[in-house]
Amino acid sequence: MSTAAEKLGAASISALDVEKVRRDFPILEQKVHGHPLVYLDNAATSQKPQIVIDAISRYYEQENSNIHRGVHFLSERATEEYEGARKWVQEFIHAPQLQEVIFVRGTTEAINLVAQSYGRVHVGAGDEILITAMEHHSNIVPWQLLCQEKGATLRVVPINDQGELLLDDYEKLLGPRTKLVAAAHISNALGTVNPVRWMIEAAHSRNIPVLVDGAQAVPHSIVDVQALDCDFYAFSGHKMYGPTGIGILYGKSALLESMPPYQGGGDMIASVSFEKTVYNRLPYKFEAGTPDIAGGIGLGAAIEYLNSVGMDKIAAHEHELLSYASDAISAIPGVRVVGTAKEKAGVLSFLMDGIHPHDIGTILDQEGIAIRTGHHCAQPVMTRFGIPATARASFGLYNTKAEVDALVRGIDKVREVFA
Amino acid sequence: MSDLRDLYQDVILEHSKAPRNFHEMPAANRKAEGFNPLCGDRFTVYIDVENDSIRDISFQGSGCAISKASASMMTQTLKGKSTAEAEKLFGTFHKLVTGQAPANDTADLGKLAVFSGVSEFPMRVKCATLAWHTLHAALEGKQEAISTE
Repeated sequence: MSTAAEKLGAASISALDVEKVRRDFPILEQKVHGHPLVYLDNAATSQKPQIVIDAISRYYEQENSNIHRGVHFLSERATEEYEGARKWVQEFIHAPQLQEVIFVRGTTEAINLVAQSYGRVHVGAGDEILITAMEHHSNIVPWQLLCQEKGATLRVVPINDQGELLLDDYEKLLGPRTKLVAAAHISNALGTVNPVRWMIEAAHSRNIPVLVDGAQAVPHSIVDVQALDCDFYAFSGHKMYGPTGIGILYGKSALLESMPPYQGGGDMIASVSFEKTVYNRLPYKFEAGTPDIAGGIGLGAAIEYLNSVGMDKIAAHEHELLSYASDAISAIPGVRVVGTAKEKAGVLSFLMDGIHPHDIGTILDQEGIAIRTGHHCAQPVMTRFGIPATARASFGLYNTKAEVDALVRGIDKVREVFA
Repeated sequence: MSDLRDLYQDVILEHSKAPRNFHEMPAANRKAEGFNPLCGDRFTVYIDVENDSIRDISFQGSGCAISKASASMMTQTLKGKSTAEAEKLFGTFHKLVTGQAPANDTADLGKLAVFSGVSEFPMRVKCATLAWHTLHAALEGKQEAISTE
């Protein structure tokens, strides 16, 4: 006789019902240039399920008011919804405390917050910040700004031809002057999944804190900030089926407590006089001004949605899709996959002999297929591989093998045009 | 539905595969670098100008089929033209690819008229005009790399 838990386990390993999932995303029903939309640009931004769109509409139709200050009915309701979303996020990333979940505009703002608040206090002349060669510009430039201001040095962990970090070099670069490691969980340009758990352990053994850029990881896999033991974890709502304009910085409370505010304004204070201002407690100390309330509520709804589908199912579905697509695409003559790490998720960057990615993008678009072409805000990655750009297909929970087949046909069409 | 063949005309594909005047020019007295950060296209345009006349012109760099073919055909068209004629052609060409040129206004463009299909693909206008913007910068003697953004 099976127990309830076993039944639940059995259900969770059953495959994701992708046709059912697709019906939750109204945008996927449309045609583009006369063809059914094949949306393979999820690493740039994902589409939104009806439940997220409804949550945002409901907020503006029935709950709109400012939070944390009103005594009236609507303000209480909006506050409850917004703070409820914070709770969803906390559980989703397994943060120990609710106050460690800070609402920001997105991954970029989360990283800038740490650079400007933590970095300004803890980084000085001659110190080093360690990043990797596969970072998105948003995990490069904030550190360059800090280093310029402080006279510190930015160090970069190199990668191999497969797009994997050189871990021996990483360990050697962790030095006595290293004040922080900032690394992507999953590379947006190459799809490499970095061994962040191991990297964090190596850094912590030298008392160096670690920020993880989780923008590409959160939509594709179960993230547990306690298991990772990361000090900061940054991600965006819009890449995980939530709205744009909202994101999360998770930080260990001891670190957050020690950091000065990032921005000043309303909501981040306990009391203000012209002589002295007392800052609010966490997480509000870092949330100056009226936030994107609808965005926060929408993000909460996106997490509810992901939970209802099941992150384990999503990860398995996407893994299968990526391996199917990798095999199919690399079998096409004249096509080369860029980023062939052993551990990959979500992203398939490729090149075609003699054909620029931009031309690939335009021709695929005429077939209704949306991919990204360019440097993917990761110019140093392009430089590392000696290429100006790549074509990138990136997958989400609603993508199908039939869509991969359409991509393969589209690539054949590209070859035809350039034959 | 815009037709791909309007954009990727045979003559454009041919120039993209075998660009003309595609080399450095050590003797150039004007030179500028153009960059399209959106797609990573990067070209250098070299000009040898004497008495306001373009004695020789060449380019080098990397880019998509549209930007490369446009640069190639631009160099073919401009060799021997005056700098004023070159600037005027840039204006007409820009109108052509942005769909603002009346039909009788593009006669000067000659072979360059094959780029009219670009106007159906607004995202590609920057590709078609990159070499021309770079030419303009070179004629003006700009030192810094110009960007389409």
